[in-house]
Amino acid sequence: MESHSYHVHSESESVFVALLVVAGLLILYLVAVTRQKRSGRHWNAWRTASFGMGTALLFVALSAPLANLSHHDLRAHMLQHLLIGMLAPLGLVFGAPLTLAFRTLPVQASRSITAILRNRLVRWLIHPVSAFVSNIGGMYLLYLTPLYALTLTNPYLHYFMHLHFLVAGCLFTWAIAGPDPAAGRPGIRTRLVVLFLSIAAHATLGKLMYIYLWPHGTPHEAEEILAAAQFMYYGGDFAELLLVIALFTIWYRRRGPHSAELQTEAVRLYQTPART
Amino acid sequence: MRSTNQDFSDPARSRWAAALIGIAIMAGVDEIIFHQVLGWHHFYDLSTPAVGLLSDGLLHSAELIALVAGFFMLLDLRRRNALAPAWAWAGFFVGMGGFQLFDGIVDHKVLRLHQIRYGVNLLPYDVVWNLAGLVLLFVGVVMLARARSTTAINMSAD
Repeated sequence: MESHSYHVHSESESVFVALLVVAGLLILYLVAVTRQKRSGRHWNAWRTASFGMGTALLFVALSAPLANLSHHDLRAHMLQHLLIGMLAPLGLVFGAPLTLAFRTLPVQASRSITAILRNRLVRWLIHPVSAFVSNIGGMYLLYLTPLYALTLTNPYLHYFMHLHFLVAGCLFTWAIAGPDPAAGRPGIRTRLVVLFLSIAAHATLGKLMYIYLWPHGTPHEAEEILAAAQFMYYGGDFAELLLVIALFTIWYRRRGPHSAELQTEAVRLYQTPART
Repeated sequence: MRSTNQDFSDPARSRWAAALIGIAIMAGVDEIIFHQVLGWHHFYDLSTPAVGLLSDGLLHSAELIALVAGFFMLLDLRRRNALAPAWAWAGFFVGMGGFQLFDGIVDHKVLRLHQIRYGVNLLPYDVVWNLAGLVLLFVGVVMLARARSTTAINMSAD
């Protein structure tokens, strides 16, 4: 126990920093919402609730009990992975933070964000296919190579893994069905195909881990890996089901009789700077 | 009332939407009853070839999407007053029966993803499984025929 104390101490410090950042994001969001309300503009309460839920899930995933347990138990790690990489991104992305930023920030700042998003490299990065590759590809790389074993001993690799889960998860969710505008986003059919492949790849990874007892080179018992692989399979189903529902909700609205009226303000705001 | 329904109703789409739901429901029954509750099916068994594993992932993904797609298509049909219930029910049974047969023959026998149950004589299980699929499919086909004749009568009455 003594030998672990330094490690645990530094670990809890970095967790504290991560939690501060998450809390900071939530505060920024709430300040922006308050400013919207003050200037008499409407902001959907469900968006706020969604973003709040996303940050709450991140809090649960990063807080001490689960974070400490996940060092020793692959099931806890998998729960953390599902929360950080799949469920929290759903909450955060459906809080439409970019739309809120566009509305709240000064025009000049909004234009710079738009310029960044229209950059060719960024457009390429936020394309559903590349988001899919970085999201699912990252998981294959992590679990089917010795990389996962390395994250157990190298703290920087460990932080990077969590950050990658979060960023790639948010990118993918945004690219597939996010309410925030994204330049160069392909049509619903293409996004559905990418989502279809993503669900299949995720389920297959769960089975591969189950069969070949990946990740190798870890102190985890076989039973633990079997349970974690099934966690991944069924937990992933749940998060992906929500994403499929989100995508079909967009489809349903577009087919509606008033679809032109239902065009989000975000799209208009996004296109305005380019026209002027 | 009847004539307004006829003007908008979309039998082909109603059939498809309900068939997707039928497929997904049967896949759900398989997952919940046979994998989870009874524990007869295994998450994986050693005789699965690699190609089976990949196709299992694709099939699993398709089932998940079929469930959501079917429900949203039905919602859309209802909104447009275009739902043809007789066709939808027929499609639902064809979907259920078709999937049950597909699962029984392709998944269990061709791809050998898993068997219905382990440590028993499989033959009666396989027979009952595929017979159940055939019965559902038969019910669906009969309902299709009836929906078709009803539509024809309504058309000629106009």
